[in-house]
Amino acid sequence: MSPREKNNLDELARRIRYDIVMSVYNAGSGHPGGSLSIADVLAVLYGEVLRHDSRNPKWPERDRVILSKGHAAPALYAALAETGYFDREILWTLRKYGSPLQGHPCMLKGPPGIEMSTGSLGQGLSIAVGLSLGARLARANWRTYCIIGDGELDEGSVWEAIMAAAHHKLDNLCAIIDENRLQIDGFCRDVMDPGDLDARFRAFGWNTIRVNGHELDSIRSAFDGANETKGKPTAVILSTIKGKGVSFMENRAEWHGKAPNEAQARAAIEEIGFTWGELGGTR
Amino acid sequence: MNIPAKPTRDGFGEGLLDAASNPSVVALGSDISDSVRTKWFADEYPERFFSLGIAEQNATGVAAGLSLAGFIPVVANYGVFASGRAFDQIRTSICYPNLNVKICGAHGGISVGPDGATHQALCEIALMRVLPNMTVIVPCDSNQTRVATKSAILDIDSPVYIRTGREPISLFTEPDEPFEIGVAIFRRRGGDVSIIACGAMVYESMCAAELLSAKGIEANVIDLHTIKPIDEKAILEAAACGAIITVEEHQIIGGMGSAIAEVLSKHPVSIEMIGINDRFGESGSPEELLEYFGLTANAIAERTERFLSERKNVG
Repeated sequence: MSPREKNNLDELARRIRYDIVMSVYNAGSGHPGGSLSIADVLAVLYGEVLRHDSRNPKWPERDRVILSKGHAAPALYAALAETGYFDREILWTLRKYGSPLQGHPCMLKGPPGIEMSTGSLGQGLSIAVGLSLGARLARANWRTYCIIGDGELDEGSVWEAIMAAAHHKLDNLCAIIDENRLQIDGFCRDVMDPGDLDARFRAFGWNTIRVNGHELDSIRSAFDGANETKGKPTAVILSTIKGKGVSFMENRAEWHGKAPNEAQARAAIEEIGFTWGELGGTR
Repeated sequence: MNIPAKPTRDGFGEGLLDAASNPSVVALGSDISDSVRTKWFADEYPERFFSLGIAEQNATGVAAGLSLAGFIPVVANYGVFASGRAFDQIRTSICYPNLNVKICGAHGGISVGPDGATHQALCEIALMRVLPNMTVIVPCDSNQTRVATKSAILDIDSPVYIRTGREPISLFTEPDEPFEIGVAIFRRRGGDVSIIACGAMVYESMCAAELLSAKGIEANVIDLHTIKPIDEKAILEAAACGAIITVEEHQIIGGMGSAIAEVLSKHPVSIEMIGINDRFGESGSPEELLEYFGLTANAIAERTERFLSERKNVG
């Protein structure tokens, strides 16, 4: 990645963080913590890795992204708005009556670029397996990316899908695990210990690549590695920080599903590196 | 009258093969593909069949994904698991985005027999009809199941649940009988009472109507093969005689009878609902269980007669 590309991605990630904070602030509810932890990977995906065209969201050859951890919708909406799928002003309607930006992504109501309705945890990887089987049957080259929370791995259906993806040798499938180590009730290791995810995925027949989920270069290389892996699916396991980029939200379970008040939002926007209202969204 | 018998699961297997000329049709297996008859498709089109093991939740989500990829997935399982085990996948990942997935719930009803309560699907009509965007079909014999299956796969671009049964049942309809999803069929005309039934209970109800006729009671028999969208016009026509009997191999709570009552709540008429009355099934031969639960022609005729005489006494 050239310095200029990296700067562009850095900027995209910062803008996504701004949008997350400001949209959740405007909504008065939502999930900032798990949205901020995937801001960087979304910047890398939408800014660099995905074959996609925001002016042609239904382009048949596009790569597919399934946000299995649907509560991180503010991050996905931000990434889509920032890459031209829809007008950024719509971001400030998040969770409001009549908005395409439902609390969790809705394929039918949602803005362009929402590939699937999600929000009930544990279902996205099964959908991604179906997409990957379909792409292979259609002899298409597009890839499927599925973003899963580490808390979400409590859901048994995810492991059914993990088994199925390996059984069918789906090398056109890449699972992205957001290992931010927190879920609503506290640390994952206390709530339901997910253990050594690398070992577990490998034991299920997957290729695994672990990187720092906030290093754009490393994330980019991880996707290159996934792309080159043949005969098995790849799990890119991102070591992340819940609430990343807003220090008072970082590693704090209570910021899983709580909106900042104005003072908190102002502090957050400043820390992300913008002035209040610089990218819109102030009332 | 000696009528041949055939299980409706066979009609499903044939209907799936009929639809397979469309290359977008794919099928998913959950380790019981022989039993639910998706194996017939798998043998013909192995590249379009995906084995997913004993994991119904995943299979249902995979079906949603295949639909997103432009295919028409057919996922068949025993009805209890197809509907209940994977309910949230059907709700969130199929009905909410209104995806073109076809779900076949095999081994519907009490007539599954010896396997007992765990494998007797008695609540899936209720579970499936409550979901927005879902079409629910309970065909009455194997011939109708075959056309209904083909039509569900090729004619409708939204989720469909279709129930089939394990036991051979009377094959009384013609293979080329006109069939339209959502349009009920009057199998018999009579002005005293209307018996509305689905699945294997349609033929039982027709036999019951013959028994009633011998006693001077003439019954309409309506084959309500589509529970949702429900044929309101046919139900209102049936209600004109003032007395309705509903018959289903399913819980009374939330089932076909309840769906009919929802329609008739605006046009009050006496309804007697015959079905499973808020209890689990148990092991036994299909005949023993149908007898025990009052789902035979004799039992339907008796209940109808009693219902009509009680109404007369009240009136």
